[in-house]
Amino acid sequence: MKEIKVLGSGCRSCQLTAEMLQREADALGVDVRVEKVTDMADIVGYGVLRTPGVVVDGKVVHAGGVPHVRTVRGWLQGA
Amino acid sequence: MFRVFTLLGDLVAYRWMGLDPATRTAAAVHFFVEDVTKIFALLVTVIFVMGLFRSMLSPERVRTYLEGRSRWAAYVMAVVLGAVTPFCSCSSVPLFIGFVEAGIPVGATMAFLITSPMVNEVAVALLLSLLGWKLTVLYVATGLVVGVVGGALIDALRLERWVEAYVWKIRVGAVDLAEARPTLATRVRFARGEVRDIVGRIWAYVLVGVGLGAALHGYVPQDFLARWAGASNPLAVPLAVLAGVPMYSNASGIIPVAEALLGKGVPVGTVLALMMSVVALSLPEMIILRKVLTVRMLGFFAAYLAVSFIAVGYLFNAVRF
Repeated sequence: MKEIKVLGSGCRSCQLTAEMLQREADALGVDVRVEKVTDMADIVGYGVLRTPGVVVDGKVVHAGGVPHVRTVRGWLQGA
Repeated sequence: MFRVFTLLGDLVAYRWMGLDPATRTAAAVHFFVEDVTKIFALLVTVIFVMGLFRSMLSPERVRTYLEGRSRWAAYVMAVVLGAVTPFCSCSSVPLFIGFVEAGIPVGATMAFLITSPMVNEVAVALLLSLLGWKLTVLYVATGLVVGVVGGALIDALRLERWVEAYVWKIRVGAVDLAEARPTLATRVRFARGEVRDIVGRIWAYVLVGVGLGAALHGYVPQDFLARWAGASNPLAVPLAVLAGVPMYSNASGIIPVAEALLGKGVPVGTVLALMMSVVALSLPEMIILRKVLTVRMLGFFAAYLAVSFIAVGYLFNAVRF
């Protein structure tokens, strides 16, 4: 199972990102757990200065803005 | 090059809608059509082109550029980078923490936060097309100066004590965004995404701004504003700054209004003061920054900006162009 964290203070883009991740995972049949991280100290703890950020299995893969759908699929299908 | 938009305005207002060019409605419709089409064409072009180079200028990179610079170099670089680095105001807080934690002076960080919303590629493109290069240079230069002076003042007064205490305890992780060197295809895709993102965020401001500008242009009598907000009224500048506080817009929304105001004979300084106040002095931004700054610091920040915009207003009203 993939552990995905969406880093963001709850702005609209952050919610859209979390929803998209869950939706794409469901569509692809990938088992994921999407968690929202809203605590600022935790967010910058990942080195992310722009929200939303995305962390897949402990690794920061994205920062700033809603990611592209194709990019999201890439993360979900990656080993 | 921008004549095509004037012709488009002619076409819609006079030909399709059959309005008499001498009427107020025709003037308003023409202003609206010309400005909306021009602004959107410019926005899309400028954001796309900047998007192609964007990956070189992320706030994470800016942080490494500013780290360990001498103070004055840090202020100047902070405002210049603030002008070319876009960031959404919802990212102000992590950005602030990240900068401060990297040892960048609080003043330089604030200079970045002051300049970034005020001076950016969208503002420059719109200023150039609607108000001409002289005002563009004025606006950009004063925006940068206000940022540098504000930052230096914050450090000189040791206002870092007005930063929330928890900020100093946070440790920022190393940025290890595993980004491969982007290919042209990814750059183009990214730039298209930027256009969608930014235009999606600001289109409503643009329409409201141009609508207001069009209404001013078409329906407000020529001497009305000149009388009340003209150079003879010494209170016009502070009032313009005050009026800008509750108005929350970005540069793209206020510039068409500025264009209409200038056309009605409102002096340059007053218009500049209003523009800067609307863009930089905003309550939502203050509320977001409250997470990292104390109320005192926010009060200082707002007061400093208000005073400097008033100064900018008087200064440019005194100089003839």
